[in-house]
Amino acid sequence: MKDYFAVLFTGGKSLIIGMIITLREFFRPVVTVQYPREKLVVTPNYRGHTYLVRDEEKPEKHRCITCGMCQRECPSGCIALGGEKREGVKGLVLTDYRLDFTKCSLCGTCVEICPTAALDFSQEYRAVGLRREDFHYDLLRMVEEGK
Amino acid sequence: MTESFFLPDLLRILFTFVCAIVIVFGNAVVMGYLERKLAGRFQRRPGPMEIGWQGVLQLAVDGVKLVGKQLVIPAQSDKVLYRIAPIVSFAPAALPLLVIPFSPKLQGRDFDVGLLFILAIVAINVLAILIAGWGSNNKYSLLGAMRSVAQNVAYEIPMLLTLLSVIMVTNTFSLQGIVEAQERIWFVFLMPVAFIVFFIATLAETNRAPFDLPEAESELTAGFMTEYSGMGFSLFFMAEYTYMFIACSLTVILFLGGWHGPPLPYADYTSAIWFFLKVYFLLIVMIWIRWTFPRVRFDQLMNFCWKYLVPFSLVHLLVTAVVVKL
Amino acid sequence: MNTSTTQGNTHRYVLNMGPQHPSTHGVLRVILEMEGEYVVNPQPVLGYGHRMHEKMAESRSWAGFLPNTARMDYLAALVYNHGYVGVVERLAGIEPTPRAEYIRVITSELNRLQSHLLWLGVLVLDLGAFTPIMYTFEDREKILDILEDVTGSRLTYCYMRVGGVVNDIDDKFVERTRAYIEWQRSRMPMYEKLVTGNIIFRKRIEELGEFTPDLSRRYGVTGPVLRASGVPYDIRRAEPYSAYPEFDFEIPVEHGGDCMATYLVRVREIEQSLRILEQALDKLPEGPFRAKTPKKIKLPPGDASFAVESPRGELVYHMTADGSDIPYRLKIRVPSFSNLSIMPELCRGMLLSDVCACMGSLDLVIPEIDR
Repeated sequence: MKDYFAVLFTGGKSLIIGMIITLREFFRPVVTVQYPREKLVVTPNYRGHTYLVRDEEKPEKHRCITCGMCQRECPSGCIALGGEKREGVKGLVLTDYRLDFTKCSLCGTCVEICPTAALDFSQEYRAVGLRREDFHYDLLRMVEEGK
Repeated sequence: MTESFFLPDLLRILFTFVCAIVIVFGNAVVMGYLERKLAGRFQRRPGPMEIGWQGVLQLAVDGVKLVGKQLVIPAQSDKVLYRIAPIVSFAPAALPLLVIPFSPKLQGRDFDVGLLFILAIVAINVLAILIAGWGSNNKYSLLGAMRSVAQNVAYEIPMLLTLLSVIMVTNTFSLQGIVEAQERIWFVFLMPVAFIVFFIATLAETNRAPFDLPEAESELTAGFMTEYSGMGFSLFFMAEYTYMFIACSLTVILFLGGWHGPPLPYADYTSAIWFFLKVYFLLIVMIWIRWTFPRVRFDQLMNFCWKYLVPFSLVHLLVTAVVVKL
Repeated sequence: MNTSTTQGNTHRYVLNMGPQHPSTHGVLRVILEMEGEYVVNPQPVLGYGHRMHEKMAESRSWAGFLPNTARMDYLAALVYNHGYVGVVERLAGIEPTPRAEYIRVITSELNRLQSHLLWLGVLVLDLGAFTPIMYTFEDREKILDILEDVTGSRLTYCYMRVGGVVNDIDDKFVERTRAYIEWQRSRMPMYEKLVTGNIIFRKRIEELGEFTPDLSRRYGVTGPVLRASGVPYDIRRAEPYSAYPEFDFEIPVEHGGDCMATYLVRVREIEQSLRILEQALDKLPEGPFRAKTPKKIKLPPGDASFAVESPRGELVYHMTADGSDIPYRLKIRVPSFSNLSIMPELCRGMLLSDVCACMGSLDLVIPEIDR
């Protein structure tokens, strides 16, 4: 009989404490962000899709030497390089750099392996598209268009 | 006498019925918004924000969406029962509003047995839930329906017993009479235990958390509403909020002094403000409870009713009887 | 699979819970043979999320498998990273730098905290309370922000490398982590009152699904579930790896063996993880964050296995190599699989709502089981 009322008392007390806690939280400020209107700062280390780093002196140029290391090392096989021999240039010249972002798992192997540090992660987190092809990025064209 | 009496009375009934329907829809919209907004604030998020100022038009948009949705009728369901269940749930929801005294004059009709009328009408909802659960031919729905029936039957007992305590004091089943009896002191101060028991039973009767076992999302996906979409779902939804409104009105009438409050000009009509304030205060408490507590288990629900609520209300009835006799 | 009524008992029916059910936490399907609301025979059905991770490990170079490890248990990706680089290091005989070991411990513990916080919210959500999960998410976001800053991702990290880690942690990281530890400590009393003390919560999971150390040993149950039955077995102590021997922390043990005990063990582990974090930040050694390793590491022929303590229990990578850089075989022993296999034993004769609570307390991550 003592237990009967003890449970009622402690139980009721715990319920009231719980309600006080939620009430206190009720009057504290909102923690969520209204996304399209407010945006959080994206950390510079964020891993978005990769892009070809532009040369600091000549912004229209990239540093890729078309060695093909990234293509070989990519575990998902999402990089396709094209290069050709040109007169007066040592080695190959990049003609095509395609990143299939649908397959990419953002492991960072390509960025690390690149001997000339030509690749880096972008801060692009809003990758939106209606078709699969929207995520087949042409990194070379992005450099040329100055994106 | 007959003709001159008949017409105004009919008009009055029609008018109150229209008002009742307005209250049903208005309450569903207000409650839907309040619930989402308050839930948001309890959880440290803003709740609906996009449509209208602070998302006030969210419910309107939701309503349009629900109306536009296809009504999917499961192939294996009992088509007739499946279709009538939301109607059976929703249609009687407006009737109790006819006898609720919002203010001394604002009342459809003051029955001698208004209280019994409300209880009788509200009980139909259980049938609707059972029909929905059975007609859907879904095991989750059926489990939800069975839970609902057992729960409602069990919690009706402490509810009626506490009601009886009030009736003993007031000597009338008329709602207006009960409210008038509280002119000097509200019954919540006279019999707080009865109030608590009644309010808990109300939570269970309206299937609100922590007693929302018939629709327990995490166990039964959506309980008896699992198979319903579009308007079928929204009728249940509106009915649920209306029953909550009625249950809270009843609590206010029985324990919180109905429309009594600080005097206002034209008190015969304007004192409805006090009534609504009290009702919405209770509704907000209900929302508050829902967003705080976990759900009880089925056997605990029954244990709580039979081991705590029923003995308490019985003892309370006895004590009230003795006090009234003295 | 017996889906009809058995032994002439016409009251029994089969309820199909999942693969799309709110409280199976992923694509787990449980076939419940029911009698009324009582579960007579629960049978988990696995494989809806099977992605052949172990086979993938055999078909690509060892380095190419690293991103896969994060996708098995998405709530403890760093711990999975850790185990995998650990097994490769052991096999190839590479020694990570001391600073790298510390960074690994710090990030792994943050990951563990994050997983426990999610679990805490989800368990209470399974019991029907919607609000605590939002509060735990508020805490969890802080961890994710810290980890995002250093690893670049929020959930499926690919941060650890053989010999070290990708990025070094800086003073800002240390500062933020310290602030987080303060914050989390200040939040725990609130959970204590809101969740642990709540009478409904206690009544729901106390004395629910009790099991003995013997039963858990037979099923190979590990982690907090095992510790809840009174066995102080934690890989961080039993088979110390990385920098864990250098820290002073307790292994929380409860003796009830019920869901409440599992709950209490995990909540107490949050405090222990905070303690490890604090010490690791204090003692953080200077030096390179990544050892010098050859560009291409060939795996010498032989076997190696490496066990780590994931938030859910013992995670073992066992690798067999044949001299090339592609592993011959990689066996992954995941904790959730064993923890799930105890479920039919626990849930026999329970009410349907208790099955949800019991599965919630086991803290299952289904993609980890299916792999």
